[in-house]
Amino acid sequence: MSIGLIGRKIGMTQVFDENGSVIPVTLIEAGPCYVLENKTVEKNGYQSVLIGFQDRFKNVRKPQKGFYDKIKVFPKKHLKEFRLNDNSNYNIGDQIRADIFSAGEFIDVTALTKGRGFQGVIKRHNQSRGPMTHGSRYHRRPGSMGACADPSRVFKGKNLPGHMGMEQRTMQRIKVVDVRLDDNLILIKGSIPGFNNGIVYIRKTIKK
Amino acid sequence: MITNRGEVLDKINNEQLKKDITSFRVGDTIKVHFKIIEGKRERIQLFEGIVIGMNGSGIRKTVTVRKISSNIGVERIFPIHSQKIDKIEVSRLGKVRRAKLYYLRDRVGKSAQVKRKDDKK
Repeated sequence: MSIGLIGRKIGMTQVFDENGSVIPVTLIEAGPCYVLENKTVEKNGYQSVLIGFQDRFKNVRKPQKGFYDKIKVFPKKHLKEFRLNDNSNYNIGDQIRADIFSAGEFIDVTALTKGRGFQGVIKRHNQSRGPMTHGSRYHRRPGSMGACADPSRVFKGKNLPGHMGMEQRTMQRIKVVDVRLDDNLILIKGSIPGFNNGIVYIRKTIKK
Repeated sequence: MITNRGEVLDKINNEQLKKDITSFRVGDTIKVHFKIIEGKRERIQLFEGIVIGMNGSGIRKTVTVRKISSNIGVERIFPIHSQKIDKIEVSRLGKVRRAKLYYLRDRVGKSAQVKRKDDKK
């Protein structure tokens, strides 16, 4: 396991590669993140690094304020823990920036998908609708609930309407097109989940 | 921290924009010199035809060029800011009243021509 970053989705555009072909890219403001805590085997039972992103100016609760005052770091809005095999290289207050990634590398991106509200089965589970005419009276419904007196219940996992989106999703093995340390930007190929301005977590891919 | 997302996107886009693009309009006949990489060798190929439409703006701008090649209509879409495009020459100015000349696709022969723009008038 290696350390990652907390970032913010900026938006999409396109760049040309060295051959002049178009690559669709998503811009991520990646860091700078700050190390807030080193968890150790002796104290916590496992090793990890807690990092924070973006300063929090308002509504810092007293217990949190005490924590930040003790480590002398400005309070942060977004926190994330990354489990590591060895966290001895990281000290509290260290800056982690986009240069931990490089162009051509593959990363995993985790984010919340766009919320779609209460949706029917056609959008939510890719079901098909019935005929709209010829007296069908069966248009966009979820279908049969199951059998009869046996088992006299609906099986768990039956596809039904409900809330869709706003779920955490990870996209694996996305290519880094460019890293611009001056602007704290990472350009990655293709799209990622969530709205612009949404918070994303990026780390080196676990797929090889 | 980035406060203005649009500025960042503009910055990325603007640094890729070509500044010396020949101006041409829909209806003009242009010659597109574009680079082809064959193994290690690079050569320039010409594509001459009528501009039947332009799409997008800024870095996304593309131009659709149509020509008749051995009695078969051929259309190519070029992203004009791509480094693959070496240069663009205008060989004939056209006079048209539409932004998209898709009607040329249904026509053959003389009716598939675009009127030449008379510069003196």
